[in-house]
Amino acid sequence: MTDKVLMRGTHVIAETAIRAGCRFYAGYPITPQNELAEYMSGAMLKTDEGTFIQAESEIAAVNMVIGASMAGARAMTSSSSPGISLKQEGISFLAAQELPAVIVNAMRGGPGLGNIAPTQGDYFQATRGGGHGDYRTIVLAPAKGQELADLTIKAFDYADHYRSPVIILIDGMMGQMMEPVLLPEPLQLSDLPFKDWILDGARRRPSRIIRSLILDPALEEEHNWKLYRKYENISRELQIAETYQTDDARLVVVAYGTAARIAKGAIKRVREIGLKVGLLRPLTLWPFPVKAMEEASRFVKEFLVYEMSTGQMVEDIRLALKHRSEVHFHGRPGGIVSTPDEIAKIITSLYYRRGLEEEPG
Amino acid sequence: MGYVFAVAAMKDGKNVTYLPSYGAEMRGGTANCTVAVSDDEIFSPVASTPDYAVIMNKPSLAKYENMMKSGGMLFINSSIIPQGLFRSDLAAVRIPANDIAREVGSDRVVNMIMLGAFTEKTRLTSLESIISSLQENVKAKSASVMKLNKKALYRGAEYVSRGNE
Repeated sequence: MTDKVLMRGTHVIAETAIRAGCRFYAGYPITPQNELAEYMSGAMLKTDEGTFIQAESEIAAVNMVIGASMAGARAMTSSSSPGISLKQEGISFLAAQELPAVIVNAMRGGPGLGNIAPTQGDYFQATRGGGHGDYRTIVLAPAKGQELADLTIKAFDYADHYRSPVIILIDGMMGQMMEPVLLPEPLQLSDLPFKDWILDGARRRPSRIIRSLILDPALEEEHNWKLYRKYENISRELQIAETYQTDDARLVVVAYGTAARIAKGAIKRVREIGLKVGLLRPLTLWPFPVKAMEEASRFVKEFLVYEMSTGQMVEDIRLALKHRSEVHFHGRPGGIVSTPDEIAKIITSLYYRRGLEEEPG
Repeated sequence: MGYVFAVAAMKDGKNVTYLPSYGAEMRGGTANCTVAVSDDEIFSPVASTPDYAVIMNKPSLAKYENMMKSGGMLFINSSIIPQGLFRSDLAAVRIPANDIAREVGSDRVVNMIMLGAFTEKTRLTSLESIISSLQENVKAKSASVMKLNKKALYRGAEYVSRGNE
């Protein structure tokens, strides 16, 4: 067994991507994710056939990823909020052409240029498609060092399996923070799933065409329904959520990524003073873990959503719960990272305000 | 300093998180990092109220004294921070790190003197683990750099073990 290493989040993603067989990375610098590209620039060159490109722009980078993916490579790009906005056209094209790719977004304060502090303001952009057209992207939300590695592997697997772009949604804190990580063994390229659709030269086989221009509305409708069926499958198969101390909980906090870690710290504190509070943490933001929410709402009537935004995921939670439970919200946008103490105070005041300390009749 | 400590604690088999400050920070400002060490899973890498703080300059003392947990301990570089604490519920360990560093032979090892003192006093990890962590981090550099850092660690540890603070 290899030893754990203390690595920053961006480096964990980059190293794991290469171990997962990623052999093409293109990006354009933006804080707070530059260390990912920096790491790639060195590590990719140590592989046999890997390519690292610092592109002339974010748009160029994502279009290079489209090309690499068409040619069969496991391909990746990364950026932060304003840069991801620029990549949205390319992500729409990836979805339309059913091309696998992994896109990392280290969210920063916004809208506009905002700042470089950690936020979760890109939830809508990530989960609702972000670019134009009738499509979805798989969105993974790691919260720990080890999860960054594990979900990066899964991101490439999901991308290939569903032939879809996958977004890994982190923030500057997840990217900068170091935690001990056990890196996975590198995969051999020959072990990766065979792709029977790539453009690798039509030697002794019929030519293949990958495009998103479908002028005939009837054919475009067919294509849209085909994508829709795929998204339905993903919605059924791919919901991932973690629960913590929800068994006896009278209040469940829902949070993802950095916010979930802080919420968990807060829950540990309020448990010490006897409050029955648990955590539900989505690891997939799309598909949203509706089943886990429904399960929790069978016993819990009060939910507190904590996001580092003015409230985006809270809409999915209200949709999932269909008004069966009360949904409260606490948000800190703009790059403010709450301390566990702050969230513990929010939880405690809500707990007593809602009369949850009384034994249910 | 924080990174070397975090790696040492990891080598001891502890759970650790190392969270650097990110953003603009001027020389003489309050650049900082937060290290959490635990036998259990670490939930939040953000500390509400730190148990310990190593304070390297005056602006940092002004900023972080208020954040400390009651009963917490501050390690203060007394060479450049002459003033005492406002709070009476905190313990202060005062180390003239710049002066000791000059004796050791380099102003650049001030942090290792503080880390030596911190390790000796808190026993959150051992000097042996700190040195093995340091060894990994300076492996590209010369043996003389390692020797200088080791010396600084021991001098810092020795200073507090003699009850000088």
